[in-house]
Amino acid sequence: MAEVHFTSWLRQVVPDGPLRAEGATVGDALGALFSERPHVRGYVLDEQGRLRKHVCIFADGVRLPHQVALGHGIRRESTLYVMQALSGG
Amino acid sequence: MTDRMLVATRKGLISFVRKNGGWSIARTDFPGVAVTAALYDKRDGTLYAMLKHGHFGSKLHRSDDEGRSWAELPAPAFAPDAAGAPALFQVWTLEAGGADEPGRLWAGALPAGLFFSDNRGETWQQVSALWNVPERAKWFGGGYDDAGIHTIAPDPRDSARVFVGISCGGVWETRDSGGSWSLLGDGLIATYMPPEQAGVRESQDPHRVARCAAAPDTMWMQHHNGIFHSTDAGATWSQLKLPGDDFGFAVAAHPKDPRTAWFIPGIKDELRVPRDGALAVTRTRDGGKTWDRLTDGLPQKDAYDLVYRHGLDVDDTGTQLAMGSTTGSLWVSDNAGDGWQLLNAHLPPIYAVRLY
Repeated sequence: MAEVHFTSWLRQVVPDGPLRAEGATVGDALGALFSERPHVRGYVLDEQGRLRKHVCIFADGVRLPHQVALGHGIRRESTLYVMQALSGG
Repeated sequence: MTDRMLVATRKGLISFVRKNGGWSIARTDFPGVAVTAALYDKRDGTLYAMLKHGHFGSKLHRSDDEGRSWAELPAPAFAPDAAGAPALFQVWTLEAGGADEPGRLWAGALPAGLFFSDNRGETWQQVSALWNVPERAKWFGGGYDDAGIHTIAPDPRDSARVFVGISCGGVWETRDSGGSWSLLGDGLIATYMPPEQAGVRESQDPHRVARCAAAPDTMWMQHHNGIFHSTDAGATWSQLKLPGDDFGFAVAAHPKDPRTAWFIPGIKDELRVPRDGALAVTRTRDGGKTWDRLTDGLPQKDAYDLVYRHGLDVDDTGTQLAMGSTTGSLWVSDNAGDGWQLLNAHLPPIYAVRLY
């Protein structure tokens, strides 16, 4: 299962990270994680299911382009970081 | 007279209390997080705060114990649609429904969605009838990328009748709790439009509208292009001529006296600062015929304070006022604006103040 780390800014929302999640893509892994912790979803995705404008995701050390981040393929041993994009202030 | 005040700022919700005649900070909640709207619901004593995390979206928090603890609830959310629905940018105003509607809340958003809850914010629904008016195609942003709803004023005589102000989308009214909407605003003038379109009602920018609680047909509007007054619940408006500046964002209506209202003037839109660095409040007590320029206790040189739409409030008696500026200055008045006391000049930028 992929290991999902969250920015320390979200420590109140995900106090016990990193978490583990199964999925063939970033979106699948996050979706599995949100099904267990529904309140985390709205911090990462907007209500239309899009990655929030000022959230960025790193997969195995690479910052993913925003538009394709959720569809990015990952491996079972991948490491993801969900971070605040500094564009957000 | 009120003795509590919510101050919604760029860096948290700061609560003031008055004890032994003096105001002081009682609590600071959500430090570091922008609080775009706050509400004390006097029907049941609940506190609400709308947060806007720079990265992680807008969130609603509620307190049932006067702020000692807060719980996060689902925020209003745009309904999905085939055309590609927006995401909530921020809630700009949060208002309680009528006295006969316990638990009913209204939220106005950027983009200009209107939402309601009938269970104290546990769940929200978008008012689709307003979102779907054909005139929405002509709405546009005023100060933000998208149009937004900043004023929601239920009629105290009839809770189903709700007045809404949109920048830039004009003023609207429903008489059936949101099921259908009428565009109001005859007499408003927009000089930022080509001259032949200056009177187009759906292109007006009402910066903020305040309604007299005791005479709800009386409304006062700080518009992008001046100050307007209505005595027929927003159907028609007259522009009032002031001796000084008539640009600004905030307005407060006296809750009992329909002839009295307060505004905070700035140099018109290219500058948006007090003229000559001298901050003033303008007040009429005769329905807009004459105006007082109130400056006692306010800085009269080198002031750049701008008071946003929700940064001015008056209590239920009409004697206590509070105002907070983008410069982080907070003042109160115990005498209807004749004199002001500076409480703090070093707060974060202030979005909204609420006396209760």
